[in-house]
Amino acid sequence: MQLFSKRKMWHKRPLKDSYDVVIIGAGVHGLSTAYYLAKHGITNVALLDRGYLGGGGSGRTTAILRSNYLTPQGTPFFSESLGIYETLSQELGFNLLFNQMGRLDLGHTESAVFGLRMRTEFNRALGVDSTLVGPEQIKKLAPAIDLRAGKDLPILAAMHHPPSGVIRHDAVVWGLARAVDEGGAEIHTRTEVLGINRSGDQVTGVRTNLGDVRAGVVVNATAGWCSTVAAMVDVLLPITTHPLQAFVTEPLKPFLDVSVSSANLHVYVYQTDRGEVVIGGGVDPYPTYSQGSTLPAAEELAKHALGLFPCLRDVNILRQWTGLCDMTPDYSPIMGEVPGVRGFLVTCGWGTWGFKAAPVAGKRMAELIATGKMPEQIAPFSITRFAEGRLVNERAAAPAGAIH
Amino acid sequence: MSFLLRCPNCGERSVADFRFGGETNVRPAPDASHAQWVDYYYFRKNVSGPRQEWWYHKFGCRRWFLAVRDSRTNEVPQTYWPEDRTGRGGDGASQG
Repeated sequence: MQLFSKRKMWHKRPLKDSYDVVIIGAGVHGLSTAYYLAKHGITNVALLDRGYLGGGGSGRTTAILRSNYLTPQGTPFFSESLGIYETLSQELGFNLLFNQMGRLDLGHTESAVFGLRMRTEFNRALGVDSTLVGPEQIKKLAPAIDLRAGKDLPILAAMHHPPSGVIRHDAVVWGLARAVDEGGAEIHTRTEVLGINRSGDQVTGVRTNLGDVRAGVVVNATAGWCSTVAAMVDVLLPITTHPLQAFVTEPLKPFLDVSVSSANLHVYVYQTDRGEVVIGGGVDPYPTYSQGSTLPAAEELAKHALGLFPCLRDVNILRQWTGLCDMTPDYSPIMGEVPGVRGFLVTCGWGTWGFKAAPVAGKRMAELIATGKMPEQIAPFSITRFAEGRLVNERAAAPAGAIH
Repeated sequence: MSFLLRCPNCGERSVADFRFGGETNVRPAPDASHAQWVDYYYFRKNVSGPRQEWWYHKFGCRRWFLAVRDSRTNEVPQTYWPEDRTGRGGDGASQG
């Protein structure tokens, strides 16, 4: 396995005027789609990104992988993705530093514990490894935790999900980029899509700052700007874009080897391999495209994190950042074709659940492009679900807990 | 995220004083088609740039008003009462 290398991971190539598939967005979803397209023999593919490689959501995620969701549609989907991540280092020949530390979802109220119990049972029925544990076991898994959680909301129980973990998100982007590049697809950064060309109801290509590019299939794999890209073909999406803020502390000696999340307190906490403590929460309650960070968010997160881990009280914050989350009404993604615009595919609405789903999402999007048939695993996530009244209410998504 | 909003009644306050009420859109007629109601309930323009939105002064006068906000910068050049909306605002101002 290659740990460090001076080899070029991917190559800049001149932009051609025609491809079979153009993917807008060179983040983990676009890269994953291109990676799996090559397995179907489709390599005349261009990934276009207006920024740098993995500079959007893929560079801002707090990179927690898990599959302890709630719905019968979402749980197997995220579970398959986690399974791919477990062997992705070997597959790509590149160390992704996957630390499968496990995760605790805390319940501070009777109703929260009821919800966790339900999720645990649903998980087990679907083959996902989750167990409901009591305060003694929580203290054993995370000795630094204060079970009184700042006294107001004592911890009553938790859902323990051992397969969950944290992966090095930049490594995932770079490992996939190298595989995509070696597979024959092209990555074009600093290449902004300004418009999408159509002939009748068929997409014929994109307009970029470097000229027109023809393509029969255009995939919208953007996060944060998916509504802007969809508007280029006059498509509205059921999405609003919200910021999610997180910060890391200065590095500490290892004291926590499980990630801890509390829907009641709107906070999650884990310690990285470098010793920094990552603290994040729910999305801000107003939509915006600004990726600026704010003091009130840091204060709020710090307050709740200190309720769980009072030992962090004198620790300095090292850096804070913001990513954009495309929120859907049911906390599930939107994937596949869009009625009325042939050749325009979307894999968006990835809210706060995108990074963990990227491998399986790319796999199924590639399958859809290669076969022309919607794979049954992602059929529930079609945009037509809103008109058909088939919403996939994924209340186990991180921000949903704060709202429901 | 934090910025200042000018409540037409109370003046400039932190955004934490307010509740966001969504981008303005047009409520369909009662006999509108299923597709129109689906669009109204779920689909959003989600504009990156100036747009007209509903805001509620939760910790102030508890009144709803309209604001034009640039979603890229969170600058709020205009706020006004719904009855004063004619001819004002950013994206969708004439539709709300």
